[in-house]
Amino acid sequence: MPVSRNTAAMAEEAGMFVVPQTVGTVLCCKCGIPMAPNAANMCVKCLRSEVDITEGLQKHVIIMHCPECNSYLQPPRTWIKAQLESKELLTFCVKRLKNLNKVRLVHAEFIWTEPHSKRIKVKLKVQKEVLNGAILEQSYVVEYVQQEHMCESCSRVQANPDQWVAAVQLRQHVSHRRTFFYLEQLILKHGAAASAIKIKQMEQVEICPICREDLICLPLKVAASLGNLGPLVICTKVTNSIALLDPLTLRISYLDADQYWRLPFKSLLTSRQLVEYIVLDVEIISSEVNVGGSKYVLADAQVARVSDFGRNDTIFNIRTHLGHLLNPGDYALGYDLYGANSNDIEIEKHKGLVIPEVILIRKSYEEKRQKKRGKPRAWKLKSLDMEVDDKNRTDQEKINSEYEQFLKDLEENPELRFNISLYRNKDYQPSEMTSVADGDEVPSIPLDELLADLDLSEAEAEAEDEDDEMRE
Amino acid sequence: MANRIQFENSCDVGVFSKLTNAYCLVAIGGSESFYSAFEAELADVIPVVKTSIAGTRIIGRLCAGNKNGLLLPHNTTDQELQHLRNSLPDQVVVQRIDERLSALGNCIACNDHVALTHTDLDRETEEMIADVLGVEVFRQTIAGNILVGSYCAFSNKGALVHPHTSVEDMNELATLLQVPVSAGSVNRGSEVIGAGLTVNDWTAFCGSDTTATELNVIETAFQLKPAQPSAIVDEMRKSLIDSYV
Repeated sequence: MPVSRNTAAMAEEAGMFVVPQTVGTVLCCKCGIPMAPNAANMCVKCLRSEVDITEGLQKHVIIMHCPECNSYLQPPRTWIKAQLESKELLTFCVKRLKNLNKVRLVHAEFIWTEPHSKRIKVKLKVQKEVLNGAILEQSYVVEYVQQEHMCESCSRVQANPDQWVAAVQLRQHVSHRRTFFYLEQLILKHGAAASAIKIKQMEQVEICPICREDLICLPLKVAASLGNLGPLVICTKVTNSIALLDPLTLRISYLDADQYWRLPFKSLLTSRQLVEYIVLDVEIISSEVNVGGSKYVLADAQVARVSDFGRNDTIFNIRTHLGHLLNPGDYALGYDLYGANSNDIEIEKHKGLVIPEVILIRKSYEEKRQKKRGKPRAWKLKSLDMEVDDKNRTDQEKINSEYEQFLKDLEENPELRFNISLYRNKDYQPSEMTSVADGDEVPSIPLDELLADLDLSEAEAEAEDEDDEMRE
Repeated sequence: MANRIQFENSCDVGVFSKLTNAYCLVAIGGSESFYSAFEAELADVIPVVKTSIAGTRIIGRLCAGNKNGLLLPHNTTDQELQHLRNSLPDQVVVQRIDERLSALGNCIACNDHVALTHTDLDRETEEMIADVLGVEVFRQTIAGNILVGSYCAFSNKGALVHPHTSVEDMNELATLLQVPVSAGSVNRGSEVIGAGLTVNDWTAFCGSDTTATELNVIETAFQLKPAQPSAIVDEMRKSLIDSYV
């Protein structure tokens, strides 16, 4: 009895007489050999025959081994590099055993096996309390069967080096990269890349192929569900819903993702097919209308293709929603439905549809920009730290021009800028030459919208904090 | 001879029975086999009485007694007291005592001459034990346990104590009891001897889990073996030597 022993020790210290205690012997209750009494009153051999403390412990375990990099799979997905007979491998092997917390592990060692046998044997010594408090020690052997299974990184190297792992895959089936340039800026602004790392499963998101400035011929059903909108409409904005504007009536309708994917449709013409027109005459027919946060004025206009200019006298009398922007002599971009050879099925389903010859989309500042070509902008964008596929270097030119187009879009569209961070360009020196004679200046971004750029050495987190402060 | 029996699937037979040299008390159980085991062994020698004490079946733990008397706890009902007085032989004094520690069987271990008791029993109770049972009373512990009735069992021939009892303690107990003392277990290693075993001078009953080794220890300790082989040899040797010489 440990308690009485303690009290005995205390009594002895106090100078009291203590009867010495000699542990007697009793007979083992099973086999009858004399032994020191224990909690089970059974000798160790009998106790061992009575209870098997290794019962319920794993004796055979299958482990995944990558033959390429000689590492072992620690579920769910960590691969641990370890040599045979190493301390790391022993730790790994012991950790793989289930139910080992029910016993106390005292000792573990490898038993040598032929490396080709794909077997690892570990001898474990465990202790457990049995039968009213007797502690039994027992050793047993666990056999690990090595199953060859290439780890992810090795299999990627072996199979196709062009794969990569994404937390979220975004796909859009369109011919340009505008959406992705915009998304890159959004991700930067919200730090979404940093917070997406923890996601376990991969998500694949398909972005609807409708982009801003696309011309769409709505399918009959969609047009009907939107109150006979269009059917020829312009997409003016894509957020979590698509804003569709009928340029002839100035009606606007919104389609959310749910509605869109129920009856998906494609655009008839996209912004790459925009044709430049020169405006010859504008006659406003309605007052300024504010739809969906932007102003439009319905007007009749006389336009001619810039490419036709000086060659023939083809002039189109059209109706446009850009009456407030256009003046005679301006350039504008629009879809040439007169010259377009569309083979869209939807457009043929609308019986008796009068297709306008031209639909103007926006004013063009191309002529004015010519002067500024080559000069740096007063602002710049950050870019996401990306792995770029080196194989498709050939269309770098195209990427650059698309990026330039995206930057122009940003300049022209304050709405687009609303959600992204623009930074002050240090290299930019405003020239004194800038003439202000023209009332109709090329749109640019006011300096107060810009954020001071940060040194690259600074940590990303700090950068974001600073952004927040500046916004306030 | 020691017998292995069971009370309704429980091996703690000392809890449900009280065996002395003059009488045997047996708890009222659902099955008759426990009672008939005692009856078969003892019927023609001493009365075997079925009873309850304080309405419970754990009579072995609640009462203490020897051939001279029987002590009952204060919560024994009048009917039970009357029933026992009627059933037991006239020379056995049946006495109900007013003791706070009512599990007398756990607190008192006795044979016909000596009683070991719990250290905290009242002085009046101690006197009552001495008077009613006709014994010398010693306040003792067994291997550090104060419940002496639970951790030892003894008759006028021998004693069995808790297996953890030290050699010095066993010597002391042997001096007090004036019988040989041995350490052992019952019911496959159980150390509550008093619960697993009930014994008198010529027979013993223990739980059915008791192993052959334990049974052997019990029979040796209480000198229950029918005839020692050496005794036979001794007897035979006499005649052999007689004829030989």
